[in-house]
Parts: sequence; C-alpha cells; structure tokens
Amino acid sequence: MIHRIPPGTRDVLPDEMRELRKLKAALIEVFEARGYGEVATPAIEYDEVMARGDGRAAGSSYRFFDESGELLALRSDMTVPIARLLASRFAQAEPPHRLCYLASAYRAVRPQRGQMREFMQAGVELIGVPAPEGTVEVIEVLEAALDAAGLERAVIGLGDADLYRQLLEELGVEGEARDSVLASLAAHDLVGLEEKLREAGIAAEQVETCVALSQMRGGREVLEQAHGLGGGAVERATARLSETFDELDRRGAADRVQIDLGLLRDLGYYSGAILEVYDPALGHVIGGGGRYDDLMKRFGLDLSAAGFALYLERVHVAQMEESRRGGEA
Amino acid sequence: MTSFAGSRAKADGPLKLAVPRGALFGEALDVLDAVGVDTSEPRGDSRSLIFETDGITLVTMRPSDVPTYVEAGAADVGITGKDVLLEQADRVVYELLDLGFGRCRMVLAARSGDDRLGEAQRRLGMMRIATKYPRIAERHFESTGRQIEVIEVKGSVELAPLIGLGDGIVDLVATGRTLEENGLEVREEIVECTARFVANRVAYKLRAAEIDELTAKLREAIRG
Repeated sequence: MIHRIPPGTRDVLPDEMRELRKLKAALIEVFEARGYGEVATPAIEYDEVMARGDGRAAGSSYRFFDESGELLALRSDMTVPIARLLASRFAQAEPPHRLCYLASAYRAVRPQRGQMREFMQAGVELIGVPAPEGTVEVIEVLEAALDAAGLERAVIGLGDADLYRQLLEELGVEGEARDSVLASLAAHDLVGLEEKLREAGIAAEQVETCVALSQMRGGREVLEQAHGLGGGAVERATARLSETFDELDRRGAADRVQIDLGLLRDLGYYSGAILEVYDPALGHVIGGGGRYDDLMKRFGLDLSAAGFALYLERVHVAQMEESRRGGEA
Repeated sequence: MTSFAGSRAKADGPLKLAVPRGALFGEALDVLDAVGVDTSEPRGDSRSLIFETDGITLVTMRPSDVPTYVEAGAADVGITGKDVLLEQADRVVYELLDLGFGRCRMVLAARSGDDRLGEAQRRLGMMRIATKYPRIAERHFESTGRQIEVIEVKGSVELAPLIGLGDGIVDLVATGRTLEENGLEVREEIVECTARFVANRVAYKLRAAEIDELTAKLREAIRG
C-alpha cells in the first residue's frame, strides 16, 4: 500500500544518502578547517523571533500554535536562528564569531515545479568582521566549499544590495512606484522595468542609466563602465564593490567572481554585498548570501555580519551533472 | 562588451534558443534571419524539432512550453508571447527585450447585443468566464474588484458563451475576426501582448557576452 508524503518533501534512500553524507562531510571539513564551528538550532522557533529577523511577512511559511497558545514557526533559513543564538549565547564573548551549519529549512512551494518544501542548507556565518575583510573571507570559504564539492566551474555573482535602494532614493522614486520598480528589477523584467521607471516620472536619460546598470555583469571593467554613469549611489556601490574585488584579487581569489550590478536578493535583511552561486551544469541558483550588517542590531548586538548558504540538494545535482560531463569529455 | 574574466565558466556548446511554433513562428524566424541565423532548415518541411545552425541551436516548441524550458535551463534563451509570460508569471525567466511583433490584445468578450454578462454581475454577483488564461483572467477581475468563476477550456474559447458555458470569455485577439464571425464583441481590453526575448537566469550570468550580443543584435534588427 502506498502512503502519501506532502509534495515538496521526500524520502532519501541509501545510495543517495551515502553521496549526500560524503558531500556534507567534505563541506563541514572545509568550514571547520577555517575556524567555523558547527551549530544546530531547533527547527521550530517562536514566530516573533523569526519575524524580528525578516520584518516582511515573507519570514516563515509554516506557523502553528503550541499547547499554551504561543505562535511557533518552522525556520525558513538558518541566518535568523543563528542571529538569535548569537545574541542569546555569545553576547559577552569577544567577536568575531565564526559558525557553520548543515540544516533543513522550510519554505512554501508552488505546485508541480519540483520545488522543495523541506531542503538542506550548508553555510557559514561570520559575525563581527566588517566589509570588505569579512566579505572577502566569506567568499574565500565559499570558493573552498565549491572546490571540495567538485564544482570547479561554479561562479560567484557579487552585487550590492544598497545600489538600487539608494539610486531610487536619489531619483526621488518612493512608495508604491519604488516597490514596483524593485519588483521588476528582482524579476529582471527589463521591459517592465523601463515602463515602470518611465511611469515614475524619471527623465529618459536616467531611465536608460538604470536599465543599463541592471545588465552590467562581468569582470573589473564593469565597475569602470558603471562609474562612468555617475551619481552618488552608483559611486558608493562601485567603491564598495571594487574594495572587495581588489582584495579578492590580491589574494588570488577573484577568478571565479563575477561582479553583477543586476543582482538583487529577495530576503529583507541584506545590506551591502550580496552573493549568488551558479554552476554551468544547472539552470538554477545553487546558493546565495551576502552581508546583513543590520540584522544583529535587531537582536540587540551591534555587530556586522556576512555569510552564505549552499542548497545541498542542488549542489548534489550539479555534482552529478559535472561528473557526467567529465565522463563524456 | 562584458568579457567575463572567469575563464573557468566555459559554456557547454552553442547557445540554445527556444523558438515558438504556431502564430509567432514565421516572424520569429524572420527576426532571426535579420540577426544572421540561418533559418532555412526550420522553414523547410522537416519534422525535426532541433536545428543546429552556425553558432546557435534552434529548439522548436509550443509557445507555452518556452518558459518551462528556459526556466529549467534546457534552453538558454527563447522567444514567446507576453500572454504566455503573464499566464506563467511564477516562472523565473528574465525578460530582456520586447520584440514588437505578434501584437495582439487580451480582451474580455461577450455575445454581441446581449447583456448576460452585466446581468450576471448585477443579479448573481459573479460572472462565469471561460478562458485558456485562468490566471490572467483571475488577476484582471480581482484587480478591478469583481468576482468571477473561471472555467478553463483548452480549445476554441469562442464556443463557450454561444452554447451557455459561461457569460463571457477572456482570450487573445489579433484582428477580432473570429470573435465577429461567432457573434461576439470586445467588452474590455485587458492588456496588449507582443513577442518577448527571454533568458534563463543562470545562462544570463554565465553566458553574459553571448546573450548580450544577441540581445543587442535583436534590438538593432527590430528597429531597422
């Protein structure tokens, strides 16, 4: 007899489990070797704690009451629980803090799209090291993790979360108009973006600048091109990015980093550098992260922070595709 | 342009472009001709679905499948109608360019000289709308504060109100002739749709130079 499990969840059988275990061990070894201690937190948190981390309603998809009527939530990522853990357990300890995790997170899915309701994340959090050093360290750990997973062709996109917020402020685009412009940017709908910027009453030249910016991605030359477009917001963002990129370059770690001014992450807590991870063998993003310098403040600790999470199952798929490709070559 | 320094991100083979069969097919091939892609093979009567040309692979499919293939990265870029993109708005594909051709309107239509639609709304508080575009229809009526019951059909939607399935239809109209011949008339215009050039999210990042070049050429071609 067949008994159902909810869509977006799955059983893992021995062959896959063996490979996943190997992958997890390889990742944890990289993290530990760089001084990141592994932690675990409960899958269930108080909803108010999760909401404190991500102010927008997006926080958790699964909420329920416990026996005394308290509202609980399944965690939707590990960054907020770790911020909570640090504020509660490490408030007196001397920063910086380096923590890593391998944990399931839970998000709502759209039906029939192969999306996972329950998925594994492997990641690190570096608390108390400001930009650019902190960002650079996190990217180096990420590169080592990708190498350990055998994804030598993987690429890290590096963008800036504040660029458009500040740029739109500069242009006087506010409220609903601003939100709809940001939504077009996040979806990378260039046709809609142009329309909405025009509707917001911005001069044609500046509309062009915004649209052009969102398409700029590549090596260092991107920063020079962007800088030529002028404006305070662009200048500040490119200055931050080039600081980070130059430091990566000095350490020989810039090879697989793609500067991307069109990058926008949909989590509410990011500020400054943001990251996305791609592998050419896969059409989906396999990881993401960035800086969230204001998040710890919401939990009462005034510390800067950065981190990333790899989606373990997708990394595993990419691993298989890469080894298949290697076999064919 | 943006020559990406990360040489390790070498792409696998030529760029794969999803080409919509059906109403957009001819004009899609025309615009590809204009950017120097050899389209003689897909224009022939071959039953093949995949055509290797110099530097680019053309994959032909139903327009409504284009977002599926592009989202998954099975095709790197593609051409499809804005109607398809709106109906499948939850598919993550990057919309890079309005190609301008294939212009048509998404409309609400009902039987000419017949007030069933208005009557249903007044007296029943709810209109029954037959459509191949349930999400576009739902969104349109929701955003205008009206309630509908969506009846999803797959074939000729014009049939539905004629024999009593639904009070009206939401459908794509190019010339309006089909509506007219079936005794229907446009009551509201919902949105204008044209063909769009779309890209997979990861391909857009990792094959930046190729995709930017193709986008620029397409932009040039539709201007000319």
